[in-house]
Amino acid sequence: MLALLQRLDRRWIFLVMGLLVLGPLLFPIKLPIVVRSPARGFYEAIDALPNGSTILMSCDYDPGAIPEMVPMTRTAFRQLLQKDCKMVVTVLWNAGPGLVDSILRETAREFPGKKYGVDWVNLGYKSGNEAVMVVMGQGIANAFPRDYSGQETRSFPIMKNVRDYGSFPLLVNISAGYPGTKEWVQQVQARFHLRMVAGVTAVSAPEFYPYLQSNQLLGLLGGMAGAAEYEKLRGEEGTATRGMGAQSLGHVFVALMIILGNLARRGTKREGA
Amino acid sequence: MKRELPLFLTAVIGIFMILSFFIPHHLVSVPADFMQATAIVLVACGYVLGGANALKLNSQAIAARQPGWIYKVVLVVSLLITLGVGFVDGMRRQGAFLETGSASDWIYSQIYSPMQSTLFALLAFFIASAAFRAFRIRTVEAGFLAVAALIVMLGRVPIGDVATGFLPEWLRLGTIQEWIMNVPQNAAKRAILIGAALGVMATGLRVILGIERSYLSGEE
Repeated sequence: MLALLQRLDRRWIFLVMGLLVLGPLLFPIKLPIVVRSPARGFYEAIDALPNGSTILMSCDYDPGAIPEMVPMTRTAFRQLLQKDCKMVVTVLWNAGPGLVDSILRETAREFPGKKYGVDWVNLGYKSGNEAVMVVMGQGIANAFPRDYSGQETRSFPIMKNVRDYGSFPLLVNISAGYPGTKEWVQQVQARFHLRMVAGVTAVSAPEFYPYLQSNQLLGLLGGMAGAAEYEKLRGEEGTATRGMGAQSLGHVFVALMIILGNLARRGTKREGA
Repeated sequence: MKRELPLFLTAVIGIFMILSFFIPHHLVSVPADFMQATAIVLVACGYVLGGANALKLNSQAIAARQPGWIYKVVLVVSLLITLGVGFVDGMRRQGAFLETGSASDWIYSQIYSPMQSTLFALLAFFIASAAFRAFRIRTVEAGFLAVAALIVMLGRVPIGDVATGFLPEWLRLGTIQEWIMNVPQNAAKRAILIGAALGVMATGLRVILGIERSYLSGEE
């Protein structure tokens, strides 16, 4: 058995991983989802907003992070629209605005009464990373004079009551890396004292636990699992919930590979001795 | 002068920007705001320079038939086509070249987006293979790391709760992983964050004071 493991062709590993991911996506497995406090904090921070508030939402990711970021963006946008909140959306990743725009428009179609420019606006992308965050503090329309489709930002009714960060009771940040949650906390939350929640990739989630513990972040969604917990809180069964089977089996397989890899190595050492 | 002027500008602007945090007077805040807005324009100019540089370097590599030059042809052709399509779309749609239905939008949603998603999806396969070949437990510390990694990996997905659902709450994988994330992981992360912040402050001061000059044409 150990000899077989030592000679294992990595293409077998690829094949098994492929089948374990594909299987549950084609034939979903229903697994119970336990909601943990970071996800609950995210949900409750939005839920506690007065109906009709205007909030800032920054979607900082690109197509590489679709499975993790899109479900949480969609659910957060839906929760905010249901609360009649108005959203000013920005993107700080150059490959993100097209993707974010299509998600927002697709989700907004579920609410026929909600209008672009009145209930939400997509200000699109602006290069400059942290510098953009700081300039937004001087005025949102200063940093984004035009929206994603090139219309003047100040011409939208939603922008009538929006000046700078002081106009928002909450910042919702969905981010897959740099610039993202860390920069928003350091440049905006700490400086302008804007309340903030974040949705991040699973691999980067541990980085934000100190901010969560210090209440700089009121809630945190970590990867697809965090998005699935959020969907459960909202009573939705979206792509994150449906992806939990595939992700669970993928994780089990990686854990198994770590154990088997070490067993195979010990076998080689013994044979060498 | 070639060296002194950039060092002088860095020192003056650096000190001025630090002061702007502490002096809420319009004589300081207005120029500071202007400089921050200028930074955005400079970054945007950087994209143009970056694109021109990529075009120049790759064209030279193609002309010299360097190894892998055929891939550089793909890069240059894709870059030129995307730029060209963007210009034509921009002229036809009065600047709104990213609108749904435009050719640029098609390139983004039908070529760029699926390609990038595919590239990231491959990670799952390479991680599984790397876990088998590279995650070697050679010391006690590595053993602790491996055990923590396995608990967190399984505890963060629903199957961890299902597999240990028969145990008391405090022994379930989900609960243990939450403790690992909230206590030891958080403590280590805080230490790293504080250390990194001190390092950034020290480097910033070294740059402002002209001690650190590596940003000037690689000078030490």
